[in-house]
Amino acid sequence: MSAVIQSEREALLSVNNIEVIYDHVILVLRGVSLEVMKGGVVALLGANGAGKSTTLKAISNLLGAERGDVTKGSITFQGEDVQSLSPNELVRRGVIQVMEGRHCFEHLTVEENLLTGAYTRTDGRSRVAEDLDLVYQYFPRLKERRTSQAGYTSGGEQQMIAVGRALMARPAVILLDEPSMGLAPQLVEEIFEIVKRLNEDEGVTFLLAEQNTMMALRYSNYGYILENGRVVMDGEASALAENEDVKEFYLGVSGDDRRSFRNVKAYRRRKRWLS
Amino acid sequence: MAFDLFLLEVVISGLMTGVMYSLVALGFVLIFKASGVFNFAQGVLALFAALALYDFLAEDGWFFAVFGFTLPVWLAIPATALIMIFLAWVIERAVLRFLVKQEEIILFMATIGLAFVLEGLGDLLFGSDVKPLDIGIPQGASDLLLDNFNLYVEKLEIVAAATAAVLVTALAIFFQKTRVGRALRAVADDHQAALSVGISLNKIWVIVWSVSGIVALVAGIMWGSKSGVQFSLSLIALKALPVLILGGFTSVPGAIVGGLIIGVGEKLAEVYVGPLVGGAIENWFAYVLALGFLLFRPQGLFGERIIERV
Repeated sequence: MSAVIQSEREALLSVNNIEVIYDHVILVLRGVSLEVMKGGVVALLGANGAGKSTTLKAISNLLGAERGDVTKGSITFQGEDVQSLSPNELVRRGVIQVMEGRHCFEHLTVEENLLTGAYTRTDGRSRVAEDLDLVYQYFPRLKERRTSQAGYTSGGEQQMIAVGRALMARPAVILLDEPSMGLAPQLVEEIFEIVKRLNEDEGVTFLLAEQNTMMALRYSNYGYILENGRVVMDGEASALAENEDVKEFYLGVSGDDRRSFRNVKAYRRRKRWLS
Repeated sequence: MAFDLFLLEVVISGLMTGVMYSLVALGFVLIFKASGVFNFAQGVLALFAALALYDFLAEDGWFFAVFGFTLPVWLAIPATALIMIFLAWVIERAVLRFLVKQEEIILFMATIGLAFVLEGLGDLLFGSDVKPLDIGIPQGASDLLLDNFNLYVEKLEIVAAATAAVLVTALAIFFQKTRVGRALRAVADDHQAALSVGISLNKIWVIVWSVSGIVALVAGIMWGSKSGVQFSLSLIALKALPVLILGGFTSVPGAIVGGLIIGVGEKLAEVYVGPLVGGAIENWFAYVLALGFLLFRPQGLFGERIIERV
C-alpha cells in the first residue's frame, strides 16, 4: 500500500529489507523496508528495543562502531547504493544522524560544537559562517550561550546543539533519533516546531525515530511502526493517528468500549500477517 | 645567602629536569586526549625517533651505508619527522584500525605490544650500543648565569625549556584554533558523536600519532643530547606517569606544570628529606606525590573537569 502513495514522489532514501545482526549473533532487524521521500518528515515509531535506533544507524553506518552488521538487504540514497560507505562519506553526501541522547561534545563550547558539524565541508569559511548565523536564527538560545561549555547546558539546549550541529553539515536528510528523550513536554514541542520549520523553510528531509507517538505523528507526514525488528504497519501519519490499533497500543487511548484480550490476540495475528 | 643560592640551584635544576619529563608526558597527553588510551609505546617512540635521527647524522648508520653521505642537522630533523609520520600511518594501518571497536584496555595492551615491537625493531636496525647524539646544542654550564649570578645551569636544559615552551604554544594554537584541532578535541569527548558528524577516526588517529611522534622526536633529541641515545630512554616513559597523574591526562599545560612539580619536588626531596631516610628517594618520590594526588584530585591539576549535571 505504501508503494501506491509513494511512487508519486521521488524516494530520497530507501531501505530494502535489511537484516541487522549485532556481535554476529543477536538478530535485531528482521527485514525492515522503508522509504523517505524528498522533503518529507517520516516517523519511525515503536517501543523500546523495536529496532528504531538500529535502523537509523544502519542507514548512517554508525553500526560498525557498535559491532553491528547489515547482513541482508540494501540501502540506497538518491538512487545509489550507500551501504558500504563510511559515516564521513555519508555525511559528505548529505546523510547525517543526530544520535539518541544528544551526544554533545561536553568540553567544547556551544559554538565549537556547531562548527564540528561543518567538519566535512569544503565550501569555505564564509559559507560556514553564514550557516552558523542561520542555526542561531533557529536557535536563538544557543547564540546566548555560544561560549559556554556544552556539558553545562540544559537537556533542551543540548538537543538544540545536536540538531544545529547536524544542520551545519548542510544535509539533505537528518536522521533524528529520539529527540524527545528526557525533555519536558513544552521543550519537545519546541524542538518539533523547529523540525517542522526546517523542513518547510530549508527543505531538510527528516527521518525521526520516536517513542512519543502522538507528537511524532502530528509533525510527520508518513509513519512506520516497528515491532521486534519488523515493520508491522505503515501509512500516512494522519491515518495512523486515527487507526484504532495504534491508538490503543501506542497512544494508550482506548475507544468507548474497552477492548478485551480477544481483540489483543486479533491484533497480534493481524500484525504478523502484515509483516 | 649561600644556602639560598643552593636552594635556588636545586629548584632550577629540578625545573629543568621537569621540562624533560614534560616533553615525554606531552606525547602521552596527545594520544590520551584523542583516544582515551594510555600509549605505553610513547617512550619507545622517543627512543625510535632519536635512533632514526642518529642514523641520518652518523657515518656508521644505514643512511650513510646506502647513500654514502650524511644529512646536515637541519635536514635530518625534518626527515626524521617524516619517518615518525610514516610510522604513525603504519601503526594505524597495521594495529589501531582493527581495534576501533574494542575496549580501551585492549588498545592499551596493543600499545604494550607495540612498544616491544618497536624496541626490537630499533635494536635490529640500529644496534643497542649507546650513541652520542650531537645536533649542535651547546653543552656545559651557562657562563652567563654562572658569572653573573653564580648559578650552575646546563645550557642544554635551557634549550630544552625554550623548546618545550615553543612546542606547547604551537600545540595550544593547533588544538584551540584549527579545524583539525577542534575535531581532535571532539573525538576526545565523544567518539560516536564525532563519527556521526563525519569525522573520520582513522584519519584523526594518524594525525594524533604523527603529532605525538613529532613530540617524541623532540623529547628524543633532548634526552639523547643529554645522556646519549640508549635503550633506557624508553624507561623514562614511566617517569611520565606521575607527571600525568599530577597534571591530568588530558591537559597539555598540565603535562608541563606536572613535569615541573615532579622535577622540583624530587630534587628538593632528595636534597632535604633524602639524608633523613638514607637517600635515593629521587626515584620513588614522584610516585608518592602522584599517589597523594590520586586521593584528592583524581583528574589532576588541569585535567578536564568531570562534568556532572545534577
